[in-house]
Amino acid sequence: MNLWYYPGCTLKTRAKNAEDSAIVSMAALGIDMVELPRWNCCGTVHSLAGDDLIHHIAPVRDLIRVKEQGGSKVATICSFCYNTLRRADILMRGDAEKRGTINSFMDEEPDYNGEVDVVHLLQVLRDDIGWKAISEKVKLPLEGLKVASYYGCTLLRPAEVAIDNVEKPTVMQDLLRALGATVIEFPFATECCGSYQIVGNVGFALEAAKNILTSALRRGAEAVVLTCPMCDYNLGLAHRELKRQRGDLPDIPTLYFSQLLAIALGLDTEVCHFNLNYIDPQPLLQSKGLIVEGVKVGE
Amino acid sequence: MIRRQDGTRRIGVFVCHCGLNIAASVDVEKVVEEISHYPGVVATEHYMYMCSDPGQDLVRKTIQEKKLDAIVMSNCSPYLHERTYRTLAASEGLNPYFCEVANIREACSWPHLKDREGATKKAIAIIKATVEKVRINMELFPPVIPLTRRALIVGAGIAGMTSALEIADAGYEVVLVDRAPYIGGHVSQLSGTFPTLDRVGCVTAPLLARVVTHPKIKLYTYSEIEDIEGYIGSFDIRIRKKASFVDETRCNSCGRCLEVCPVSVPSEFDRGLSQRGAIYRSFPEAVPSRLLIDATSCVHLATGNSCRACEEVCPAQAIEFTQEDVIAEERIGAIIVATGYDLFPRERIGEYEIDPDVIDGIQFERLLSPTGPTKGEIRRPSDGKVPQQVVFIQCVGSRDPEHGVIYCSRVCCMYTAKQAVLYKRAVPEGQAYVFYMDIRSDSKEFEEFVCSAVEEERIMYLRGRVSKVFRDGDKIKVWGADTLTGKMVEISADLVVLALGMTPSPGIVDLAHKLNVIFDLFGFITEAHPKLRPVETLTAGVYLAGACQWPKDIPDTISSASGAASKILSLFSREELLRDPLISFVDEEICRGCGQCVSVCVYKAITLDPKKKVATVNEAVCEGCGACAATCPSGAIRHKNSTRSQFFEMIDIAAAEYV
Amino acid sequence: MRVELSVKQVQGDFVKKVEEISGQNLLSCYQCGKCSAGCPMAFAMDILPNQIIRLAQLGLEEEIAKSNTIWICASCYTCAVRCPRGVDLARVMEALRLLTLRKNINYVQPIEIPPETLEGMPQVALVSSFRKLTS
Repeated sequence: MNLWYYPGCTLKTRAKNAEDSAIVSMAALGIDMVELPRWNCCGTVHSLAGDDLIHHIAPVRDLIRVKEQGGSKVATICSFCYNTLRRADILMRGDAEKRGTINSFMDEEPDYNGEVDVVHLLQVLRDDIGWKAISEKVKLPLEGLKVASYYGCTLLRPAEVAIDNVEKPTVMQDLLRALGATVIEFPFATECCGSYQIVGNVGFALEAAKNILTSALRRGAEAVVLTCPMCDYNLGLAHRELKRQRGDLPDIPTLYFSQLLAIALGLDTEVCHFNLNYIDPQPLLQSKGLIVEGVKVGE
Repeated sequence: MIRRQDGTRRIGVFVCHCGLNIAASVDVEKVVEEISHYPGVVATEHYMYMCSDPGQDLVRKTIQEKKLDAIVMSNCSPYLHERTYRTLAASEGLNPYFCEVANIREACSWPHLKDREGATKKAIAIIKATVEKVRINMELFPPVIPLTRRALIVGAGIAGMTSALEIADAGYEVVLVDRAPYIGGHVSQLSGTFPTLDRVGCVTAPLLARVVTHPKIKLYTYSEIEDIEGYIGSFDIRIRKKASFVDETRCNSCGRCLEVCPVSVPSEFDRGLSQRGAIYRSFPEAVPSRLLIDATSCVHLATGNSCRACEEVCPAQAIEFTQEDVIAEERIGAIIVATGYDLFPRERIGEYEIDPDVIDGIQFERLLSPTGPTKGEIRRPSDGKVPQQVVFIQCVGSRDPEHGVIYCSRVCCMYTAKQAVLYKRAVPEGQAYVFYMDIRSDSKEFEEFVCSAVEEERIMYLRGRVSKVFRDGDKIKVWGADTLTGKMVEISADLVVLALGMTPSPGIVDLAHKLNVIFDLFGFITEAHPKLRPVETLTAGVYLAGACQWPKDIPDTISSASGAASKILSLFSREELLRDPLISFVDEEICRGCGQCVSVCVYKAITLDPKKKVATVNEAVCEGCGACAATCPSGAIRHKNSTRSQFFEMIDIAAAEYV
Repeated sequence: MRVELSVKQVQGDFVKKVEEISGQNLLSCYQCGKCSAGCPMAFAMDILPNQIIRLAQLGLEEEIAKSNTIWICASCYTCAVRCPRGVDLARVMEALRLLTLRKNINYVQPIEIPPETLEGMPQVALVSSFRKLTS
């Protein structure tokens, strides 16, 4: 089965570890993720101003690319891309006036009238494949690995785009359980990591991110699993900061859900590109017997 | 029915100034002058307040002197004084339905306050049209229907018990039904009342005792209303008595079975703060003190397991595993709905973590109760420690249209204050915090109570909502805002109490359908009129008591329960039951039996006569809403004194003023 | 000092503009403070989010301009999903930011970001920061 896939900019560069591990894992689960031709940047954030339509052009154009291919569904891995594309689609479906203006502005393109369903890969795993089917394909159960799932904001908020219960999501825990991991619930799973404030207000953003790691550690998690390259970056910086302040603090690496999926499915862990992880997860994974030899981080 | 020749009725028109309510924009004298020349009008009068005694005397005198057959009262809405003037007309020997109201206030003077000329013209048009109506009105007589002087009360909480005792004390029989195995409802779960802090048990025990022993009250506990047929005066009710698997006549309540049952499930009465067996008594003081087996948790009944431990130890051979539900039938004349409330489902506020030490208001009442799971000591559910910091959160689910309900649940401010005070008295060294938005303490001695809670008990009130509640080790973290200082606040609490809002009791919508009563979008039963008829429904013979109508505290509940009981006593004290004759009737010559009227009648008042193939209207049930008349394709079913021809006549006359 | 309230402010252009750009009715807010209570960035704000809404209700544009709050907001939507009155605060914050940004005033100066900060920073962070905080 083919699935149209929108990568977005960060997954092609800094978060290649998320992309490659996802594509290879999905293939092992019988789904070929086909990269959308001629995709452009989604804009990363949905414009919240009622009088600003120009910033909706980029994500809508991506949706048109899917439509041109005859697709009716597109999957993302990056949470920001998911949020931006999904909200653009909701806007185009729900607001006839703005839809008309945007379509007529893009007169070189076919019209977009909400023909494409935007989904996150976690939804495909849950709704199209199912936890049972996934657990049956597990070759290397993540036994003994204590993981906290961290959702951040953009998969769940605003409520109209939520892929799960806004306050009490379970999709990632369900996946991790299917992979054999020990799931640690923690109260910061949906707290914001500080997001783009990492650029202009780095200190403030790090405060927010540090609280998330500290909370996961207090509940006994050994790693934090996530979906978003922004969260990954902020938590990585926060981890470095925490270690600087308190050297005795245990490491708590962040991992993309797709990296753990690839490991559990028994795939070649080269696709995991652990060298791109901000905090090296290999010592932890080795201690649990989940990987054999490590790749040096920073390569 | 008499229908005189057009124009032969001697009609009088009376125009009220209503102080300046009408006279400010309507030129009353001009109206009178114009109407006095209208065909058939033989008398016109105007007066400052026609509803006053001198005003009514003027009407009486004019009816006598001018030998009037019909009158048109031109004043306020018929909702206010139609009954007054129809009674007056009847006392002067007129058929009351030869009195019509022309609404020249709500429909004319008020909306056209700044247009005297237009308002005057419109008043003339309205009055002329009403004269046309009364000219061809039918003479009507109220139908007499049979009356069974017995009442059904659904729900045996504080509301149902109050109504039941008032009706039974007056000498009429009451059938009192509750789906719980005990009577008393939620009140039985409470510890103390606000603002006097009386122990609830002391308040309710005498009531409970009187209800179970009253010779005029027939009690059905652990029973539900199966279906309801009929109408005011003669309802036929079928009641499902659920199987309890214990023969009540033989069981002597010794309780030996309770000791041997191997099952342990959360107690409904203690809202999960204690466990009960599959055979159980809801709580030690339950009235009646019956034992019953819950078929879903009993290993023998649910799974066919060979366990019959209770049966083996029962000295009275009272266990009956083969017992089945029984249907009882009762004929009654009037009904009170007293189904009460439930708590808002807390899981809908997902940011407040589900945790043993995050409890709801009724759970806290159970902790306070001397016969509750902690014997009245305040100990938190997780580890039995006495909590040193307790956070109370108000408005959980209430005033929250996005996640809960938009309305204010009315009782939470006061019960929270009461609970905080009782906590402080039990744990003097502890600290209670209350997150609130507004404190609604709008009844007798309520404000004083809240002030003393703050000043004397030093309860810390924080004005703001709480955004997040979560466990952090031994504590429950509460993230709130103190909007008065503009600070975000965090409290490490030992126990958090959520003041969950009130919702109608589950199953209310199903019951409302069986009773043909209207409910609002939350499921509360709608009263006939929010101001003037607060304990009646629009379905004749069905009345409301307590929180099935709207969130109510105990005094408000008792008031409405007494009100509903007095409505029924007034009904039962009549010699015969008369119904309003302004209902539908069928012209059998025209009706072709298509049945469209049957399908639109929400009161189920119309049936098709299988032989004559025409519709028939049950005069005892029809409420005169007119839906059938509007639907009938052939005009065969009509509304008495609001027929199509009458309306077209009225429209012609009114419109003629504007041509 | 007293803040003077008048019809000029309460019904003024500022209030209209904010409501128009955000698509929100500012008076839906009944000041419960739940947005502030849960805001993950409020620790860094000099005025809480609910107070910003209050100032906007009153039309006190200057007071808002003096505050850092709208620039600290991360558009995480925690406030909006929990708001009992359904106010989309993220949109109100955006509208307030745009009133400044549209005067060609940037909050973040791309040129001033130190190279060591840029190193390893994912594109998604940079693009969203510039989209939110520059004109």
